[in-house]
Amino acid sequence: MRDVIKMRASGIMPQQEDVLGLQGIPPDRKPPKNAVLLLQQASDIFGTCARPIGIVEDISKDEFAEVYKGQSLNAKETPVDEIFRKAEDLALFAITIGQIVHDKINELFEKKELALASMLDSVASAGAEKAADLVEDHFSCWLVNKVGSSSTRAAMRYSPGYCGWHVSGQKKLFEFLRPEEIGIKLRDSFLMEPLKSISGVLIAGKKEIHTIKDTYPFCAQCETHSCQERVRALMYDSGCSREENWSKR
Amino acid sequence: MDLLRRISEALQTGSIEKVATLTKQAIEEKVVPRDILDKGLIAGMSVIGDRYKKHEIFLPEVLLAAKAMYAGMDILKPMFLKDEMPTLGRVVIGTVQGDIHDIGKNLVGIMLRGAGFRVIDLGKDVPPERFIEVAKKENAEVIGMSALLTTTMPAMKKVIELVKKEGLNGKVKTIIGGAPVSAEYAQHIGADAYAYDSINAVDCIRGLVQKP
Repeated sequence: MRDVIKMRASGIMPQQEDVLGLQGIPPDRKPPKNAVLLLQQASDIFGTCARPIGIVEDISKDEFAEVYKGQSLNAKETPVDEIFRKAEDLALFAITIGQIVHDKINELFEKKELALASMLDSVASAGAEKAADLVEDHFSCWLVNKVGSSSTRAAMRYSPGYCGWHVSGQKKLFEFLRPEEIGIKLRDSFLMEPLKSISGVLIAGKKEIHTIKDTYPFCAQCETHSCQERVRALMYDSGCSREENWSKR
Repeated sequence: MDLLRRISEALQTGSIEKVATLTKQAIEEKVVPRDILDKGLIAGMSVIGDRYKKHEIFLPEVLLAAKAMYAGMDILKPMFLKDEMPTLGRVVIGTVQGDIHDIGKNLVGIMLRGAGFRVIDLGKDVPPERFIEVAKKENAEVIGMSALLTTTMPAMKKVIELVKKEGLNGKVKTIIGGAPVSAEYAQHIGADAYAYDSINAVDCIRGLVQKP
């Protein structure tokens, strides 16, 4: 399977709390009126300027082992290293929301529309995550077609630069996936362009394999520990979208 | 003075037109331009900074206030000789070579200007030599570097090594920031300071320029 997934900007419009969270506004605080107005403006611009597109390609365990090895700079022990060996299916993916949004953010900063530029940047970041979610859903659909629906299995994504997977792993990921096809380039510093792009691996298998401890040495530097939240959503939330995506679509 | 207090208050609410009108009024009433700047605009941004630190307000409100401040500064600028605004110090900032993230660096620039610093923003993907060249040319007191990738962090060390090599050590202070950077890393590479966000950067840089 190697699929290019074209998405609509409206389909990856992020939730208000996700964007405002990136602006430092906690979910338990009533957002200031002007922040909500800015969010509306930024969302409108995002709706016009975003060109979300993704690519996903399945990969064997042996092939992924080579990709994951990268330049041998990963942490000694990593969750991905443990999980992928127990997986049933793997796929590499990349998404971008395109260059136009990035250019618009810069343009707004230059015009001293500082608050709007910053808000659009947050909308774009949260929107990119939503685009990655859609690619994850696409992969789940593919799995349903391949192995049938299951409520005991789940897929999760992991990206270079996180959880002990050294960012230089991007090089081999790009060599295998070739996301240049959808307009994503890799710089020498392993930075993707356009900036609002996400790449990584989708790991599918029994839900239990996704259990991750957050006590690896590199976890001390992680501010969010969002892995725990993602795993909990997989394990305990019977109505979660991931499960529905795999079992019903 | 009441007018200066009103400028400060208008700025705090992000009221661009009001700040512009009141700044013009202050000029017409022959208020000393330096006072309009210090006791009106910068005083307003200082309150904003304090409220942000206390989590009473958030980034959007800070940036709306900053825009109002720029509106006032644009009117005030011609009042100063050679267009040179009074400054707390000159700071060269940029995102280091190999990195093209610049939102964080832009926010630092905005907050520094709001605090009364002159900021020379070199943009993104800035070669180490460029930081030195401009710091020398502008007689800067501080070089501020930003990075968002672990792979581009070593470029910060190169700049600091160049500062020493060029005999600027002590004369030009260095400060670093960005998601993968830490106080420990700053110490490790010999940077003079580390800032965890844009408001903290202002406090740190204020400290650096006051140090002998």
